Amino acid sequence: MQVDEAARVAHELRLARDKRERNARLLKHVFLIAMSCVMLYPLFWLLASSFKPENEIFGNLGLWPSEWRIENYTEGWYALPKSFTVFYVNSAIVTVLSVIGNLISCSFAAYAFARLKFTGKTLFFALMMMTLMIPYHVVLIPQYVQFLALGWVDTYLPLVVPRFLASDAFFIFLMVQFFRQLPRELDEAAMIDGCSPYKIYWAIILPLSLPAMGTAAIFSLIWVWEDFLAPLIYLNDIKSYTVPLALRLFLDQEGQSVFGQMFAMSVLSLVPVVIFFVLFQKLIVRGIATSGMK
Amino acid sequence: MRRFFVRNAPGYVFLTPWFIGFFLLALGPILASLYLSFTRYDMVASPRWVGLDNFEYMFTRDRRFWKSLEVTFAYVALSVPARLAMALGVAMLLDKGLRTISLYRAIFYLPSLLGASIAIAILWRQLFTADGVVNQVLALVGIQGPGWITDPDTSLYTLVILAMWQFGSPMLIFLAGLRGIPKDLYEAAEIDGTRPWRRFTRITLPLLAPVIFFNLVLQTIEAFKTFSSAFIISNGTGAPADSLLFYTIYLFNEAFKFFRMGYASALAWVLLVIIAVFTAIAFFTSRYWVHYENDRD
Repeated sequence: MQVDEAARVAHELRLARDKRERNARLLKHVFLIAMSCVMLYPLFWLLASSFKPENEIFGNLGLWPSEWRIENYTEGWYALPKSFTVFYVNSAIVTVLSVIGNLISCSFAAYAFARLKFTGKTLFFALMMMTLMIPYHVVLIPQYVQFLALGWVDTYLPLVVPRFLASDAFFIFLMVQFFRQLPRELDEAAMIDGCSPYKIYWAIILPLSLPAMGTAAIFSLIWVWEDFLAPLIYLNDIKSYTVPLALRLFLDQEGQSVFGQMFAMSVLSLVPVVIFFVLFQKLIVRGIATSGMK
Repeated sequence: MRRFFVRNAPGYVFLTPWFIGFFLLALGPILASLYLSFTRYDMVASPRWVGLDNFEYMFTRDRRFWKSLEVTFAYVALSVPARLAMALGVAMLLDKGLRTISLYRAIFYLPSLLGASIAIAILWRQLFTADGVVNQVLALVGIQGPGWITDPDTSLYTLVILAMWQFGSPMLIFLAGLRGIPKDLYEAAEIDGTRPWRRFTRITLPLLAPVIFFNLVLQTIEAFKTFSSAFIISNGTGAPADSLLFYTIYLFNEAFKFFRMGYASALAWVLLVIIAVFTAIAFFTSRYWVHYENDRD
């Protein structure tokens, strides 16, 4: 009798606790959904405004245009002295070359740091980590003088060549972290079979590191795509402008009511980033969690 | 000697691109800008040695230098704690057994990826105009909003809010850190009847200290380097009334608008020293408040 009573009380307590937890979870979801809306609202407002007629953009919180003006896109594409076709081709050239450069040079350096033995390794690794801290502004002026003397200003060389020289230590660090996790026995077995370190890099480390290479590729792609400071300094001719520089030209025309077009082109510039994010979300999240950066 | 090369060759071969880059793009330029900081240099005539003149002018007479320091420090002091608090708060909400976590995680991270772009800076400018979205929302609850970007008293907040909007990366790092805290600690504390706030200060914070430290150092350095969004929002000048005159914007304009390369190099070196000092302070004090798992025996 008493046992039954105790079981009943325990059961009721459990039900009460379950209910409390369900309520807490529900409350949490409500909060997170509300927060998601706040976070995403500016992006949706941008998207909506890019279709709105000029007089509907300001003083309007709505996310549904009264009429859909596709012209913002078609006219915006040709609104600047050069068409956006030119800017996208330029951005694509710079981005593709930079990503290739980053992957090759940073994986070389990372392989040396993570797997090979050589004199001065600790020192060089420390120096490499210190370059992570140096603001770009500190090296900017001498680099500019250097590239100007070489006749590289107004070409893509100052944007692309540094990436073939492992200038972005972040990617070296990311790859070192990954390479270190690969089992040592693989290298040792290959070494006993007579593989050279070069062969091991190419035939063992690289094929096993595709996720890390993917993460590095996506990050470098997005950052180069969005890069503003270096193109601002090195590209003066509008023919060689990248997309971010072109977008800035719209701001100079403010007052001539081209907001719709400016928003339309802004949306287009974000589309590649969003697509890559949706496709490769897992790689991006894992990359940040393992490297612990950015 | 021969053996030295044979043994080291593969390492040095793989490091060759980095070596070249390190000397030509990092070490060389850093030393060159140290030299330039003691000169007057307009890129037309060759640099002329002026000793400490640049630094003397900077520290004693240059009002805009002090203003740019003030703006930058205010931004760092406001945006870094705000961003980290957001990141930690949301990470803790997401940490405990939600099945839809990956969706929320994606939504909260997206602004961090987009935030550095010029498109978002352009959008931000328009959100904070006098009749922009933010003031519209404030009007709904009966608040008359300020001019935001046109008002020197409020313009910096638009950038702080932009920084808070991008709390995604530290959030992901916090999430990874929270995963590492043994759940039985919380269960034991709950059975002992410990209140949630105490559980936070006695379990979460101490065990997360290394991750907090890491995020703090990283985000502080990032905040000092802020450039593009401030450049766009302030029209490239630091306006209104120099209230958005970030250090990097001041440096950029001195160098590439007025071609005072010597003075700009001096500014660059001061920035390098400031960041180095902050990092050093963080590392030095860290042993008093950061305890790593394997320290405790």
